[in-house]
Amino acid sequence: MLGLTVQQIAYIFQGAGWTIVLSLLGFVGGTIFGLPLALARSARARWLRVISSGLVQFIQGVPLPVIMFVVYFGISIGGFEVPALVAAGLAMTLYAGAYLGEIWKGCIQAVPKTQWEAAECLALTKPQRFVHVILPQALRIAIPPTVGFLVQIVKNTSYAVVINFFDLTYSAKVINNSTFKPFTVFTIAALIYFAICFPMSVMARRFERKLHRN
Amino acid sequence: MYEFDFSFLSDYLPDLINGVWLTIGMTVASILPGFLLGTVVAVARLRGGPWAQRIATIYVEAIRNTPLIIQVFWLFFGLASLQVHVGSFAAAVIALVINVGAYTAEIMRAGFQTIPRGQLEAASCLSLSPFQSLVYIEVPQAVERVYPALVSQFVLMMLATSIMSQISAEELTGVAYMIQSFTFRGFEVYLVIAVLYLGLASLLRVVLLGIAEVSFPRRRRLRTPL
Repeated sequence: MLGLTVQQIAYIFQGAGWTIVLSLLGFVGGTIFGLPLALARSARARWLRVISSGLVQFIQGVPLPVIMFVVYFGISIGGFEVPALVAAGLAMTLYAGAYLGEIWKGCIQAVPKTQWEAAECLALTKPQRFVHVILPQALRIAIPPTVGFLVQIVKNTSYAVVINFFDLTYSAKVINNSTFKPFTVFTIAALIYFAICFPMSVMARRFERKLHRN
Repeated sequence: MYEFDFSFLSDYLPDLINGVWLTIGMTVASILPGFLLGTVVAVARLRGGPWAQRIATIYVEAIRNTPLIIQVFWLFFGLASLQVHVGSFAAAVIALVINVGAYTAEIMRAGFQTIPRGQLEAASCLSLSPFQSLVYIEVPQAVERVYPALVSQFVLMMLATSIMSQISAEELTGVAYMIQSFTFRGFEVYLVIAVLYLGLASLLRVVLLGIAEVSFPRRRRLRTPL
């Protein structure tokens, strides 16, 4: 088939499976790291804002492959021997957390101030105001850009190839090295990435339009 | 306890400087062609015939929904398999231009859509041809409106040059890999590289914003921030 054996194509798809695993890791980790970051970015305490914005700017100013390497070598000098998946997952967590934190900060701030004031008038405590009044509204605003960023996460897991993580990019590279059919191999890989990313792009746009209509 | 050792810095300084220059070179070489390609594609999507629109849309969606590194491999190894030999620098720049063009197209499309109709009507009243109206009226205004987004996009592109070492272009990340394989100081090397990228990103941002100061005199006179 296409000049490749069934095993070779299966091997490429095996890489695609790990791309999805790493994307999910990045999204879950990014949420765990990004949510407190978003809160710290919009906190009242100055030091919280300074530290969190410094962190975000650092991560956003460094290429993801370099973050991958820093985490990879950082873990190994701690004397730990971990699979590339852990290093790549941690790097994706840092990366996704920094961007998701920024996105969600914007969503929290997009909720009108009068909502805070109204909640205060109803004698809700501060955590109550946030959880019951602000968060549900911020979540609605957050859905389109978050889905849009998922596309970035999936695409950027491909950078894990620099620390030899076995993902779709890596498996495609290996098959290309052994068959030297670059157009076939990388077109298949691109189509798989496209099949994962394009529906999410479309969904993000649809959510966006729905939000603007209401 | 792990002891940090940054002594590699003095030994490999010339390599690091070469890496920085190559990263800057790739970035600078890609910005203008990428911007032009993006603008042409944006115009094709907004004003082109049905076929031009379709092709432009396919291009933008195909690029935006696949990773840069796959595009680079496709181009670099693909050209090699056709016996077309391009250097890794040229391949990197071509891939970057094609990649950033798709993102720029979306940004510029948004920019064109913010231009008030009155501007286009005024242009046609002055009997400017559609092309003149585009070049002298629409593009400058669209660029002015979306300039911050363009700057962010080009900074992201500069950061993305870091994977070009995968096709053996010895930019900053490639140099880092070489140094760590000699010194076994991976963590320190990449920390230094991270700081260098941070510096380059800030530098690029400042330079691009400086260019905006000079080229948008209306903004300067009105003192409106970008």
